Amino acid sequence: MPTLIVSPPPHLRSDVTIEKIMYTVIIALIPTTACGIYLFGVHALYVISTCILAAVCTEYFALRLMGRQFVMDGSAIITGLLLALCLPPRIPLWIAGIGAFFAIAFAKCAFGGLGQNIFNPALSGRAFLVISWPVAMTTWTRPLAYDAITTATPLGLWKMEQLHTPYLNLALGTVGGCIGETSAVAILIGGGYLIAKRYIDWRTPVSYIGTVGILMAILGEDMLFHILAGGLLLGAFFMATDYVTIPITGEGRVLFGIGAGIIVVVIRLIGGYPEGVMFSILLMNAFTPLIDRHVRPRVYGVPRDFSRLLRRER
Amino acid sequence: MVKLKSFRGGIHPPGLKLTAGKAIEVAKLPASVTMLLHQHIGAPCTPVVNEGDLVRAGQKIGDADSFLSAPVHASISGTVTEIGVQPSPLTAAGVQGIKIESDGKDEREVMEAMDPDTASPHDLIARIREAGIVGLGGAAFPTAVKLTPPEGKAIDTVILNGAECEPGITADHRLMVEQPEKIVKGMKVIMKVLGAEHGFIGIEANKRDAIQRMREALEEDADGRISVLALKTKYPQGEAGILIKTIVNRETPSGSHSYDIGVIVQNVATAKAIHDAVFEGVALIERVVTVTGDVQEPKNLLARVGTSFYELLDHCGGFKGDVGKILAGGSMLGVAEYQNVPLIKGVNCIFVVNREHARLPEERACIRCGSCIEICPMGLIPMMLGQLARKHRFNECEEYHIFDCMECGSCTYVCPSKLPLVQFISYGKERLKRRG
Repeated sequence: MPTLIVSPPPHLRSDVTIEKIMYTVIIALIPTTACGIYLFGVHALYVISTCILAAVCTEYFALRLMGRQFVMDGSAIITGLLLALCLPPRIPLWIAGIGAFFAIAFAKCAFGGLGQNIFNPALSGRAFLVISWPVAMTTWTRPLAYDAITTATPLGLWKMEQLHTPYLNLALGTVGGCIGETSAVAILIGGGYLIAKRYIDWRTPVSYIGTVGILMAILGEDMLFHILAGGLLLGAFFMATDYVTIPITGEGRVLFGIGAGIIVVVIRLIGGYPEGVMFSILLMNAFTPLIDRHVRPRVYGVPRDFSRLLRRER
Repeated sequence: MVKLKSFRGGIHPPGLKLTAGKAIEVAKLPASVTMLLHQHIGAPCTPVVNEGDLVRAGQKIGDADSFLSAPVHASISGTVTEIGVQPSPLTAAGVQGIKIESDGKDEREVMEAMDPDTASPHDLIARIREAGIVGLGGAAFPTAVKLTPPEGKAIDTVILNGAECEPGITADHRLMVEQPEKIVKGMKVIMKVLGAEHGFIGIEANKRDAIQRMREALEEDADGRISVLALKTKYPQGEAGILIKTIVNRETPSGSHSYDIGVIVQNVATAKAIHDAVFEGVALIERVVTVTGDVQEPKNLLARVGTSFYELLDHCGGFKGDVGKILAGGSMLGVAEYQNVPLIKGVNCIFVVNREHARLPEERACIRCGSCIEICPMGLIPMMLGQLARKHRFNECEEYHIFDCMECGSCTYVCPSKLPLVQFISYGKERLKRRG
């Protein structure tokens, strides 16, 4: 009689793995990455390579220090790539590298590694750089010029000089800005691909972008301009959809999107910065545990009980 | 196109219905059988025969005084050779069983046929119990008990479960295609016993031939109270609570029974067994079982209860490749066996998995993707339950409705980190139950 294997059911598992998800996200970022390199030249490629390399190396050594096994699951590549995509094209490489180091070492591994971090690592890295090197982080170069002559971002022009960049430039990305944030079309291709593959939840980008659009329209601003300009699309499709740092339920993710949308509008209209996507996502990351605690699906056979929300927990 | 009835969440595992087009084949009469005395939910039976006795197929060999039980009958004619602890598909400890050596004659013992139009519900229920009928969809709950709702609970709707949503299994499918009239007659007996006005037969849309054959059978035997519904092909469509929600849009309140909302669900194979017991006086001694997966020739077999798994596997040409797992049941819910065990009433499938496919995936950290929440048909948060149970935070498990989990395994199926979520959940439940 053969030796049989016993294990608890189910005996079937889907073929979706962490690696498959991560590498699909990387594929979805290819249009945006290619666009950034095309628009801002070879230095953008150096920035991207530096960030990815620094992120992967940092993760390797950090996990070794923690006594854990390093797995090339693609998550560090995404963090490095996303950080690079929201950096100015001419940023000195050493600054970019420090950003990637901070993102992985402090925002991810210090919390316990994959799945444990509270704040989006790429955006944490960016926030660290904005505070540490404010000038380098706000020096923008012209697209397709491949030189060091500086320009302003569409949101900067809007905030300082009340100028509206044409929609076509915003769609194609031929404006000043971070490496990966300028081309709306490239981001939508990648984001649409992930939604179609069901690897990201459409509810977050839709509620996030929708909230910004609707509020801007109500407040008499140009709705489409505010959706296309700045980092909203990149943030909505690739950072506000980072599983680890957003709520786990669909309803919670809608709340997250609405909250982040409101913060963007407040910062853009009232705050000192022209752009608020980074802070909006990081601030909502902080609310994620709270949202997860209270927003739960309705259980079969149990009527919805909103009074639970008002009761003090033990 | 009409929108198919469906439910919240659910998964789409590969169908693996290799035997959907294969007619039910009568398995060779086994040389010996092992009749387990506890193959149902409820009290175990005690033997009513002795070693050395001659028995006939259909003769009662075990019964219990408790109402919550079902008698066991000899499935072949021959001599009782041994009464003692035997290996069981459901528990590693084994249960009491009776071994019968065949005399090769297959002499039958049948009860008197009944006319359900004139018989009283009480007599019909007594017959269903006497025939040893249990739920044949897998749970093996004694049918006579299920058809006796508590005082004051009126049942208005009977749902016949022909969903067969689990990958691999086609036993009910073939039964619906080949013997739809018997299923309809059995269903009418159920409706009469319960005094129910409405009847639904729910079948997943991928079984078109079954839907058509059941509809034809209903046309011939029509009184307009029963209808066949095509349901979206999605696991776990066949889980009773989900089926009720899908078909009549009622939810069994947490912690109670479908009696409370006036619905009773029975499997199509159970209805067929009821037909046999009432119209032909035949006790439940054989059932259709799908033998599939990595076997040479997957088949739907009409097999005697008590036949050994290996004998049924031999009937299908044996293993294909290096055997890894043998499952009693389908690939989502089946119990992995570690030895040769006898067929029991509740087993609808024997599923063989190759050694290379039987490898367990490596467990990784949860990335909070939310897939398990998205697909949980009960609206639970499996990743949370899994984490809490793993950390022995059982009180919080209850807050997250751990006891509403029906353990369909969908969360474990979808998890990209390959966490055995349903295993943690059933562990948590077990610990909470033991604590009382």
